[in-house]
Amino acid sequence: MKANCWMGATHVEVSDVPDPKILNPRDAIVRITSTAICGSDLHLYDGYIPTMEKGDILGHEFMGEIVEVGPGAASKVAVGDRVVVPFPIACGACLNCERGLYSLCENTNPNAAMAEKMFGFPTAGIFGYSHLTGGYAGGQAEYARVPFADVGPLKIESDLTDEQVLFLSDILPTGYMGAEMCDIEPGDVVAVWGAGPVGQFAVASALLLGAGKVIAIDRFPNRLEMARTRSGAEIVNYEDTDVNQALKEMTGGRGPDACIDAVGMEAHHGSAPIQAYDRVKQAARLETERPHALRQAITSCRNGGVVSVIGVYGGFVDKFPMGSVMNRGLTIRSGQCHVHKYMKPLLDHIEAGRIDPTFVVTHRLGLDDAPSAYETFKHKEQDCVKVVLSPSG
Amino acid sequence: MEGRSAITINASPDDLYARWHEFESLPTFMYHLESVRSTGDGRSHWVAKAPAGTTVEWDAEITEDVPGTSIAWRSVDGASVENSGSVRFRPAPRGQGTEVFVTVDYAPPGGTLGAMVAKLFGEEPGQQVSDDLRRFKQIVETGEVARSDGSPLGTRTQNIGHQEDAHPVEVDA
Repeated sequence: MKANCWMGATHVEVSDVPDPKILNPRDAIVRITSTAICGSDLHLYDGYIPTMEKGDILGHEFMGEIVEVGPGAASKVAVGDRVVVPFPIACGACLNCERGLYSLCENTNPNAAMAEKMFGFPTAGIFGYSHLTGGYAGGQAEYARVPFADVGPLKIESDLTDEQVLFLSDILPTGYMGAEMCDIEPGDVVAVWGAGPVGQFAVASALLLGAGKVIAIDRFPNRLEMARTRSGAEIVNYEDTDVNQALKEMTGGRGPDACIDAVGMEAHHGSAPIQAYDRVKQAARLETERPHALRQAITSCRNGGVVSVIGVYGGFVDKFPMGSVMNRGLTIRSGQCHVHKYMKPLLDHIEAGRIDPTFVVTHRLGLDDAPSAYETFKHKEQDCVKVVLSPSG
Repeated sequence: MEGRSAITINASPDDLYARWHEFESLPTFMYHLESVRSTGDGRSHWVAKAPAGTTVEWDAEITEDVPGTSIAWRSVDGASVENSGSVRFRPAPRGQGTEVFVTVDYAPPGGTLGAMVAKLFGEEPGQQVSDDLRRFKQIVETGEVARSDGSPLGTRTQNIGHQEDAHPVEVDA
């Protein structure tokens, strides 16, 4: 089959690789009909996530049709089912799965010891996202092996298009969880750093959960405009605005009740010296992250507010404003999304027309176009916000 | 050489005790073992895989057996590799599963056999016990050992240094 493989920093290649096979009783094989490039794939692409191997198949946002089912999953899914696959792999039986913490499943990461060394405790397996999260082949391919197919895949039984449901695999639930972690009270002001696809869905979700006002912060006018016109966000361009000051002015001097970091480890900073400081330290591997968005989300948040972190971080941050967190009683909440928990309720929202996730899609390409699509997406050329790839063309 | 590890498993102490007590099935999650055969009277015959297709064998006896709580064993006098081990089960707080504690102890003999045993049990016996427990938990909770393209044989810390690429490879299922 064809698959998009990581070959080294800023180098991906669509190659012929063996078709996946059922390895365990609860596996299924999915023929992929649509697959997307995630902002977090760019962290892999840029070489900032350790434990990648040359040849790894990328991709953790995919859907398709089940073409083979192991005996242990046959009671829940069947050949021919149309499914969306959540990006974390979860067993459904461990204590964390029982608590709804699916991205912290205790059984699906065969390289648990590697993750334990890095983070203290291991996390769940993730498709196409380094060997730290298990070394699972990803879904930017014609086929994928899906472990625990009786637990993860969500069946789509209505006639919704791929684009309407594909983002249930990651970015819609991730944005939603980012907003949910804010414990929004009616009328609350929520600020969202990053108006990429996850940020767009965090904005939409915060409003759905009762926020009175949502402020989107980015530097790309097209992305800010998308948040304004599609979801009714107020917007701040950090390249020409002092963000902390602007947020104070927009909230009567209090600061937002909650701040969502939908940017993560490769943030940019409006101030050249600060950007350069972190860029150099990151390039020299003295610091693994450029945490500008997170620092600003912390220092902008109102006293006693919540900072919700859904942008991806891989290691260590420098100059973390812990004094601001502690003295002002902030709560930091975070996590890789527990996608399984949100898929069905969000599908209901889509079916009822309360959320239409298709608005983020700007580029529709074939799987063969993956290498150029990564470049376009990385540099935000052609106003690129979200790329969907089709293996059949 | 002592190795120890602990894990919490979503099952009752009685269930876990019963599974562990079937010594014959220990090799399903203790990958260094080839077979364990009960020989009666609380005794068993253990065969471990050794380099170059050879094996190391010994007889063991149960020295402690408290249903639902603990099992301990040790090699009988005259075994080529003196070793002992124990497993204890304790209910986790709030009824959330069972805490499982395992300790193993080896007295590696000298000479060639000693070198083989050292290789067999790894430089860190604790890591091997930890891998064993992760696989035991996977089998109890999910019925299978998690396998990926990068780690097609499942949890094996010794393989972490040389991962397969994360794309499908030809392996025996």
